[in-house]
Amino acid sequence: MKSRWAGALAVALGAAVGLGAGGARATSSSQVEIHEFRFAPPDLTVAAGTTVTWMNEDEETHTITASGGLFASPGLEHAETFARRFDTPGTYRYFCALHPHMTGVVIVR
Amino acid sequence: MDRREFLTCMAWAGTGLAWTVGGGVASSAVLGTPGAARAAGTFSFVQISDTHVGYKGAANADPLASLARTIARANALSPAPAFVLHTGDLTHAQKPGSFDTVAEALKDLKTSQVFYIPGEHDVFVDGGKEFLQRYGQGTVGQGWRSFDYQGVHFAGLVNVLSYKSGGMGALGDEQLAWLARDLEPLGASTPVVVYSHVPLWAVYPAWGWTTADGERALGLLRRFGSVTVLNGHIHQTLQKVEGTLTFHSARSTAFPQPAPGAAPSPGPLTVPPDRLSAMLGLREVRYVETPGPLAVVDYTLEG
Repeated sequence: MKSRWAGALAVALGAAVGLGAGGARATSSSQVEIHEFRFAPPDLTVAAGTTVTWMNEDEETHTITASGGLFASPGLEHAETFARRFDTPGTYRYFCALHPHMTGVVIVR
Repeated sequence: MDRREFLTCMAWAGTGLAWTVGGGVASSAVLGTPGAARAAGTFSFVQISDTHVGYKGAANADPLASLARTIARANALSPAPAFVLHTGDLTHAQKPGSFDTVAEALKDLKTSQVFYIPGEHDVFVDGGKEFLQRYGQGTVGQGWRSFDYQGVHFAGLVNVLSYKSGGMGALGDEQLAWLARDLEPLGASTPVVVYSHVPLWAVYPAWGWTTADGERALGLLRRFGSVTVLNGHIHQTLQKVEGTLTFHSARSTAFPQPAPGAAPSPGPLTVPPDRLSAMLGLREVRYVETPGPLAVVDYTLEG
């Protein structure tokens, strides 16, 4: 699990650095694990410009789907990740489109 | 008595009880008579569910193989089923090509017709577009339909198209209005079979195993003398009787899920390989002209 995360982190950081290189914004990254049909942490507060990476630790397929339709991951199989950079401050609620009782929120400051 | 016979008998026993409550008909006379199923005014159909073609996980190394065994069991039923209902989750996460694979596999079913309704796995990527293109013929609205067969009225409902954050299955106002119009001309003595993917009743809301507006549909059905409500989604058999309504959840052909609340999450249940066949299966529903509910038999793939 540790090694998978390291790989995902490297990709996320690389993407964030790559995007950030042309602008003056600070970049950082943050992670959410999907475990036992829960987003952990369910509430995440990050600075604008942060790339959030979700990793599916479950055997079951899950998605990260914005409540308002702003973004949607494909179905994530076990150990697959989805990353999205949040540049605009706001509250981003999301859920799993296959198991809608699974909910989470990213707060961007 | 082997395990398969035992499970079958359990299903019979449960149904027999329901029968006695609903119609006052001696269950053994109806259910146990070998010739009863071939009498005039009788027929049977098969329900398969949650084939999850494309699933790759520990709970079943080869869902296509267990689907093939399910089809073989259905083809061996005598008398042959009049038709087959597939109650959704044909695919696992609607991966490209999965619908083709499941369509190819189901060509081996010896039946005149298969009626499909979607599960959330079949529609979450594109809102049901591909599903409706393939299986929407003869349906109204967003894939719901009704039909009559030998005096029994069937209604296939879709409750996976409006999944929202924190939510659960839902039918929606348009479909409920259609259902009300569809049922309105029917006499109360008409036997009704309603099938959906997600349970219409609150099996376990904490896991989303319920339909937000399911009660509105059930309210339209309570005036009928015999209503059989079938669903998939939860990958296990579960029965409930409520007045003239009998509810039956079906097994998956792909992998089992835990009993409500029996695990931290409803994820696929991995069991020892020699136990898996006993937790997968199909369902035969026999209609015999009687005031009571229909006879429902669940078969596992064991044996």
